[in-house]
Amino acid sequence: MKKFIYLDNAATTKTSPEVVEAMLPYFTEKFGNASTVYELGNYSKDAITKSRETIADLLGAKAEEIYFTAGGSESDNWALKATAEAYRSKGNHIITSKIEHHAILHTCEYLEKNGFEVTYLDVDEFGRIRLEDLKKAIRPTTILISIMFANNEIGTIEPVREIGEIAKEHGILFHTDAVQAFGQVPISVDDDHIDMLSASGHKLHGPKGIGFLYIRKGVKIRSFIHGGAQERKRRAGTENVPAIVGLGKAVELAKANMETKIRQESELRDYLIQRVLKEVPYTRLNGDPKKRLPNNANFCFQFIEGESLLILLDMKGICGSSGSACTSGSLDPSHVLLAIGLPHEIAHGSLRLTLDMETTKEEIDFVVDTIKESMDRLRSMSPLYEDFIKKQQ
Amino acid sequence: MYSEKVMDHFQNPRNVGEIEDASGVGTVGNAKCGDIMRMYLDIDDSGIIQECKFKTFGCGAAVATSSMATELVKGKTVQEAMTVTNKAVMEALDGLPPVKVHCSLLAEEAIHAALWDYAQKNGIQIEGLKPPKSDISEGEEEEEY
Repeated sequence: MKKFIYLDNAATTKTSPEVVEAMLPYFTEKFGNASTVYELGNYSKDAITKSRETIADLLGAKAEEIYFTAGGSESDNWALKATAEAYRSKGNHIITSKIEHHAILHTCEYLEKNGFEVTYLDVDEFGRIRLEDLKKAIRPTTILISIMFANNEIGTIEPVREIGEIAKEHGILFHTDAVQAFGQVPISVDDDHIDMLSASGHKLHGPKGIGFLYIRKGVKIRSFIHGGAQERKRRAGTENVPAIVGLGKAVELAKANMETKIRQESELRDYLIQRVLKEVPYTRLNGDPKKRLPNNANFCFQFIEGESLLILLDMKGICGSSGSACTSGSLDPSHVLLAIGLPHEIAHGSLRLTLDMETTKEEIDFVVDTIKESMDRLRSMSPLYEDFIKKQQ
Repeated sequence: MYSEKVMDHFQNPRNVGEIEDASGVGTVGNAKCGDIMRMYLDIDDSGIIQECKFKTFGCGAAVATSSMATELVKGKTVQEAMTVTNKAVMEALDGLPPVKVHCSLLAEEAIHAALWDYAQKNGIQIEGLKPPKSDISEGEEEEEY
């Protein structure tokens, strides 16, 4: 296969060879159903327990508070829909933000159609919610606050601890979609007062199709998938043992590498950001310059459209992503870029590059050079650039 | 996701640029939905399109449809140019993904807008030509999902 420069680690990551290796025995040898009484089934049961403990340990949670799901979207759906149902007698109001992932936003829209009221908090120019807005939005009927740990597009890390404190003071449940943050930055469910947390395996070099929902002991949320007694009767279905083992291994590696990974990635990320801002005119960085995920860089290039840039990068084997309308399948550009106040035409020219520990400086240099070439080409054929230059003269 | 022809016209766009003192210029689309197309026509005294250039802000399909549209109208009379519809542009490109069909509409609109400008300047009428819409996305509604 062709060699790629893969800078789309927020979309998905390469499954680590160690993860694959750990998973393999659970397909053909230790394939037993964990709910059985014989020894073969016990291998699966033990492996699930071990994985659950590894995950709980990284969050400072208890093993029995981790519930395996099919991924981030299921976890988000479960957290919101089941909480809404379980706490309906207490109230029907939910607070979230305008920059959440669609797994949260579309679930909220669904709940609105079913009698719930949702407040979508604005964010500041860096994509952070304002704590004052949150406090003002709280009503006697508020049952849940769901704010993402870190944004998937612009990488901004939300003031989670402060949000957790506010939720706790008011006796409101706090859920956080940590799909992008889990395993990338330290998270403590106790220190951050998190009641529920969604995460996904394939964002941290684990397999696809596996994730979990952390549910703090005492939170009464109902079963989402009905059936057998798996996952303490809260999520039925024979466990996806190989994937659970893979996720456990990925978390183990993430924990061991976290410090080095954060250091390496942020260093390269800052190098990338500095070069791009310095060498490509009419460019801005999206998201918080400091409080952002270590591997995330997100730019807007004026006068060009994101998809054409992605195609030019792809021609050189570079994988990136954009929040332009053309990549979203609708006519509007990314809701996140609009929420931070960017006008449509600027938002259409966005490029997100998300690094990994394996990313090298040489690769970044090649990518920046390619961006510069592509920019010259696209701007030379852009009527917006033509108008801009004529106005300058 | 794109046909080979679309990729070819995106990678090697034909007729990119401007025409000074063009016989007709048309700009269509809007930055809101991420596509702006500008078409320049050089039309001789007998009404034949001698030269056609474009500039486009937009996705791969937008660039490719503009490029193809310029190829198709070149050498045609203004009346013949009216036959270069979005369908004709799409067919010439071996099709477009469904979400990109609006790009081909934009190309048709751009030709019409440039022809309209030419007709206005010269006080002539081109059969079937309507004044350009100010916003190409008018009337389109976002799909419910």
